[in-house]
Amino acid sequence: MKEIQAKEITDVVEKLCVDACTRLGEDWWQAIDNAISQEESPLGKDMLRIVKENARLAADTGEAICQDTGLAVVFLEIGQDVHVVGGDLYEAVNEGVRRGYVNGYLRKSVVKDPLIRENTGDNTPAIIHVQIVPGSDLKIVVAPKGAGSENSSGLKMLKPADGKDGVVNFVLETVEAAGPNACPPIVLGVGIGGNLETSALLAKKALLRPLGRRHPEPHIAGLEEELLELVNKTGIGPQGLGGRITALDVHVEVYPTHIASLPVAVNIQCHASRHAEAVL
Amino acid sequence: MIRIKTPLDSETIDRLQAKDQVSLSGVIFTARDAAHKRMVDSYLAGEALPVDLKGQVIYYVGPCPAKPGKVIGSAGPTTSTRMDPYTPLLLRELGLKGMIGKGNRSKEVVDAIKEQGAVYFLTIGGAGAYLAQRIKKAEVVAYPEFGPEAIYRLEVEDFPLIVGIDRYGRNAYEEGRALYRQIS
Repeated sequence: MKEIQAKEITDVVEKLCVDACTRLGEDWWQAIDNAISQEESPLGKDMLRIVKENARLAADTGEAICQDTGLAVVFLEIGQDVHVVGGDLYEAVNEGVRRGYVNGYLRKSVVKDPLIRENTGDNTPAIIHVQIVPGSDLKIVVAPKGAGSENSSGLKMLKPADGKDGVVNFVLETVEAAGPNACPPIVLGVGIGGNLETSALLAKKALLRPLGRRHPEPHIAGLEEELLELVNKTGIGPQGLGGRITALDVHVEVYPTHIASLPVAVNIQCHASRHAEAVL
Repeated sequence: MIRIKTPLDSETIDRLQAKDQVSLSGVIFTARDAAHKRMVDSYLAGEALPVDLKGQVIYYVGPCPAKPGKVIGSAGPTTSTRMDPYTPLLLRELGLKGMIGKGNRSKEVVDAIKEQGAVYFLTIGGAGAYLAQRIKKAEVVAYPEFGPEAIYRLEVEDFPLIVGIDRYGRNAYEEGRALYRQIS
């Protein structure tokens, strides 16, 4: 049994919050360069260049890439041979988020009650997803998620007879409705199968996969290619001002489902595809 | 690139066309959901507003806190449509002339823009670090209790904008999308 101190988790979460909000991954830099070279609209190209310059500036100065530093979505993959000691796990994560957002000069965007709407002042609580896995590692992923793209996301319980065409149509409908609001070029996370909440979680997790990497199942990889091509024919383009590059990538995740169900969730990610991870 | 200054006069607004790239300098005010709701509630209750909006431009933004020695933190646009329920009143009753944000607007807002000879500008969503560099001064002038949603008075220099909906109702998104659309 490996022991991990709660304090260690707090320290790592604090650092990951700031890293995620100020630095994008290598895969993103490759994707934005590809987008700039492929975009045909002159205005769209300009928009992509500014988006890239902004990311460079954020990485160099430590300013947030976007002022909407989001809800802090935290994924914990906890090895079953890990024992967290010295404090409450959830509180340790929230304390890390609190310190990251306060000490990192990130925006506090959480209201305590969805109807009364008073800001909690420190961006807690985080949205925490825990998964128990084999082994003795503890993997932490922090994925700050802004509301512009999250509010444009959607979920639909399709009928099995709707099949792949039904999925494709719902993805396109969701992207069309989002239009410029989700800050394109977007990344699409699509979750198919499971039940209501599983499909949504699959869609969210799909956003964590590196850009440019396809699903291992050939028919799902094919669906990703097909969706990417169709989404990039909508004409929405960078910032919604028209162009070829509406999405940087589409990632699909699937899970077994009920004989009578075909849930599909579409989680839209803005161009600032923010996530940072560490393994303890 | 068209260079303009605030406050906006009708001569300036009349020559702006959807998709024009504009560089704006001068004073603008921030306001988003909470500040809009409070201003409209105050107006309807017959109370004085903390800011005179006549001829002014509102920027839909909730910035990050300023680091020591900095004017402001990351400060890009938020999604404008959330302000749609409040905007027609600001245009018709309070003399607001311009808005800066991102994304679509409701038909009611477009109608009020045309009727009042106002303009809706877009700026680059998710480019908060880049845009913050064009903000030279920032101070909270109302509703400090709203935190990032307080009303700030900003002095901007060469702030990059695109005309989203011009005073004639032309829409940059619709026109841009139609040019590149390949599916029906």
